[in-house]
Amino acid sequence: MSNRLQQRFAECAEQNRAALVTYICGGDPNYDVSLSLLQKLPGAGADIIELGMPFSDPMADGPTIQAAAVRALNSGQTQRKTLEMVRAFRAENTTTPLVLMGYYNPIHRYGAEAFLNDAHAAGVDGLLIVDLPAEHDNELGPMARDLGLDMIRMASPTTDAKRLPRVLANASGFLYYVSLNGVTGVGQADNAVVDAALSDIRKQSDLPICVGFGVRTPEQAAAFARTATGVVVGSALVEAMNKGGEAAALELTTALAGAMQR
Amino acid sequence: MSSANQHYRRDADAQGQFGQFGGRFVAETLMPLILDLEQAYNQARSEPNFIAELDRFNAEFVGRPSPLYYAERLTEQYGGAKIFFKREELNHTGAHKINNCIGQVLLARRMGKTRIIAETGAGMHGVATATVCARFGLDCVVYMGATDIDRQRDNVARMRLMGAKIVPVTSGKGTLKDAMNEALRDWVTNVDNTFYMIGTVAGPHPYPTLVRDFQSIIGRETHSQMLEREGRLPDSLVACIGGGSNAMGLFHHFLDYPEVQMIGVEAAGHGLDSGKHAASLKGGVPGVLHGNRTYLLQDEDGQIDDAHSVSAGLDYPGIGPEHAWLHEEGRVEYVAVTDQQALDAFHNCCRMEGIIPALETAHALAEVARRAPTLPSDHLMVVCLSGRGDKDMPTVLRLMEEQA
Repeated sequence: MSNRLQQRFAECAEQNRAALVTYICGGDPNYDVSLSLLQKLPGAGADIIELGMPFSDPMADGPTIQAAAVRALNSGQTQRKTLEMVRAFRAENTTTPLVLMGYYNPIHRYGAEAFLNDAHAAGVDGLLIVDLPAEHDNELGPMARDLGLDMIRMASPTTDAKRLPRVLANASGFLYYVSLNGVTGVGQADNAVVDAALSDIRKQSDLPICVGFGVRTPEQAAAFARTATGVVVGSALVEAMNKGGEAAALELTTALAGAMQR
Repeated sequence: MSSANQHYRRDADAQGQFGQFGGRFVAETLMPLILDLEQAYNQARSEPNFIAELDRFNAEFVGRPSPLYYAERLTEQYGGAKIFFKREELNHTGAHKINNCIGQVLLARRMGKTRIIAETGAGMHGVATATVCARFGLDCVVYMGATDIDRQRDNVARMRLMGAKIVPVTSGKGTLKDAMNEALRDWVTNVDNTFYMIGTVAGPHPYPTLVRDFQSIIGRETHSQMLEREGRLPDSLVACIGGGSNAMGLFHHFLDYPEVQMIGVEAAGHGLDSGKHAASLKGGVPGVLHGNRTYLLQDEDGQIDDAHSVSAGLDYPGIGPEHAWLHEEGRVEYVAVTDQQALDAFHNCCRMEGIIPALETAHALAEVARRAPTLPSDHLMVVCLSGRGDKDMPTVLRLMEEQA
């Protein structure tokens, strides 16, 4: 696991709280505004950053993050600019873990090896590629692990106990638990069901587990924070930024951070 | 070029790939579903009961076999190859799409699924899906781009008549690729009861294989019909390609007959240099979209470009992965024809043969027009008449007015 991720989960455990994982889409609504928010998220209480790489066809995302990707791409965001944002972020912040999240094709087009090298050099800690399941680990996994980049795997309610070992093999950093069947930002998971799923996964793995999809409010986040290692908030933050600007996004981040204490 | 002893008729490998193309590039939530589907399909296709049921519906509901028709006047006009039409447009619902839908609906029933979703471009796959859902009493939701709904109103009405719910998709340019994104979002949300009926030889494994298998009846029939009529195999096969299901259906059976030449025809739109086309092989590069690695129209950053074609059914920035593989292997030749060439061939077919072809099909006919005159009179050429053109009347009439 990357030192930064390991360190951060250890700190949160010491403080008896869950880690707040915040997602924003790189370049939404443009490079400068997005970078400014990125740089301020840790100060507002974000423990781990998920930086979205916008894609023209985000099949697993709901309307909020789809719209964010459209705004970002229309403003000229590219894979190279997203890596540039990471470099700018790392110039000021060397402790907050940063994970890139997105879809495979822009990496495929960039060239897998070149992208992983550039991401590592920019200060990325891990990658979460939605449409690259365990079955296709060979595409990026071996090269990423050589560089010390974590390949974050997803597990979902459809991942049964029989399949879980396949998902966990070569997983590192943390496990992203998708709290419900669906796209990002739509619907609300049943806490009891998620708690049961997390406890089943922990029988097979010691990886930190971050729960995401459909976590919108500090109240919902607090409920997941009791049992999850981390809680991911994406669409709600993207929406706050879009409607109320940076101040609203940072205010929500601080409120969510306050809900992480167990 | 292909050599005589190579085997091109094959199933995808353990990774679900043909060479480097294909695969299972989907979100984890969908992985268990496509693995289940693969298992169910592998079981079904080895069961005589399933095959018998499929044969019965193909005969009694679809109206198979479709005729192999000698296009005599077109042959005389071009003064070269002897041209035959494989008449898929005479199938129930007016296109080859029903071959696949019958197979998939029987599979869905075996799997206990009660709700069917589909994407559609020109609406032919949507109509075929709505048709089989009505026949078997299953709920049906069809995702269709808003742009396509506008240019294919008759098909929208037909789907509604049969009880399907049409969901307009406004994201992107509102065409086939956007409809497929939305169908995938539905599937990931409704995993328990829903069967996703993909309409072409694309998507995550096993879809490219199972759609191909259900469509390959086109080639098997063509083989026996040609033997009966001419006493030998055809010399060349021509079919249009969006995702490529009618082409794969015609080609697949013949892949290991090296003497049979195959030509797939992509849509060049306003021209390959115009940036407004749908020719993924001719104008794209390999990438990953909608669950498979294949040739895609995309920019330098890996963002998917919008396709353009006068025919809604070819308006897709990708192509089935098995085609991408056959292209790289050199077994099938892929070409592209423009909107205008397709329209000219459309009008010519109407007047010379009394058959109104779909605009998609007209792309294959345009290649026939280019190629047939250069070939000897004993060259047997089969073109897949993949669909009828009734659905295209508004588009064609508008273009005729604009050009008048």
